Amino acid sequence: MEHGEAQHQVIGYGTYVLVWLGLLVFTGLTVALAGFHWGKLSVFSVILIAAAKSSLVLYFFMHLKYERPLFRTLVLVAILTLTVFIALTFVDVSYR
Amino acid sequence: MEDSISLTLGKKHSDVIGAKLGMWLFLFTELFLFGGAFLLYATYRSSYVEDFHNAALEMNVLLGAINTIILLTSSLTIALSIAALQRGNKKASLISLSITLLLGLGFLVNKYFEWGHHISLGVYPNSPQMPNYNKGEVLYYGLYYTMTGLHGLHVIIGLAVLSVVFYFIVKRPRTKIFLTPSDVEKLRGSQLSFSSTEGANRWQAAEIDDSVEQLEIVLVRRPAKEGTDPANILKLENAGLYWHLVDIIWIFLFPLFYLIT
Repeated sequence: MEHGEAQHQVIGYGTYVLVWLGLLVFTGLTVALAGFHWGKLSVFSVILIAAAKSSLVLYFFMHLKYERPLFRTLVLVAILTLTVFIALTFVDVSYR
Repeated sequence: MEDSISLTLGKKHSDVIGAKLGMWLFLFTELFLFGGAFLLYATYRSSYVEDFHNAALEMNVLLGAINTIILLTSSLTIALSIAALQRGNKKASLISLSITLLLGLGFLVNKYFEWGHHISLGVYPNSPQMPNYNKGEVLYYGLYYTMTGLHGLHVIIGLAVLSVVFYFIVKRPRTKIFLTPSDVEKLRGSQLSFSSTEGANRWQAAEIDDSVEQLEIVLVRRPAKEGTDPANILKLENAGLYWHLVDIIWIFLFPLFYLIT
């Protein structure tokens, strides 16, 4: 498919329903995991699941999978910038 | 003598990629707005582990989980609404959009009860009971109200935007088609008219005399009842992007405030 047609690409209803089911499974998983009280590990696992859920929403619901590469690149740059902010702040906080 | 003159269709400016790009750039500003708040949460959490743990125990996990499911489902229905409109199925699109609006309202109702419960217990910023709490707990509740409040505000704005798009799809706004004749001089002295197949004159315009310098024929078109203006699909897509972002923010808010204890 050419890029010019990408904006009109129609995605099947079934794909969306599957993604939604995946999101619900992840939600169940994160609630179940939180019950274990693993301390630092549970914080990490819960954030990891949230990131996976967001990726599903970004990729399918927000059509990043079907958009031209420019959009994916921009989203990646934005997320990386935020990650740099968070990492730098934590470097500061943990060595005080 | 037959003379021919061509009419050119005035192109309406439309830039789908640009419109979506603009929406995404706006969403990035939203990402950094909430990102800053998340950063604040993360640093305070690392300094007051115990207090954050105790305060999070007060949260109603079931209500939080229900709200998560509500928002995830509303993300599905808005995606389905867009898919239906792209297929030209206006009715299905509007039904799905209505469900999205109802789910969004449901989320806010839950939030109302949740906040109401906390406030009735005296847990709110600057309440008389607040000095009895540890510093970390006060910070936790401050962040809780700020972040879920800001998020709730986004839900309200999202609902307003989706309602406007709903109106646009239902209303079938009139669109104008501009026709510009290639040569006005050739038409000078003539009259534009409509006639039926029987030759009866239905409508006749004034004569194009010497005072006319420019000629533009404007046709007003109203989409058929079942049809929709392609611009509405773009409006719905961009409103959908905003709604999905609101969902993503909640995907992070839910575990951070309700689950990590």
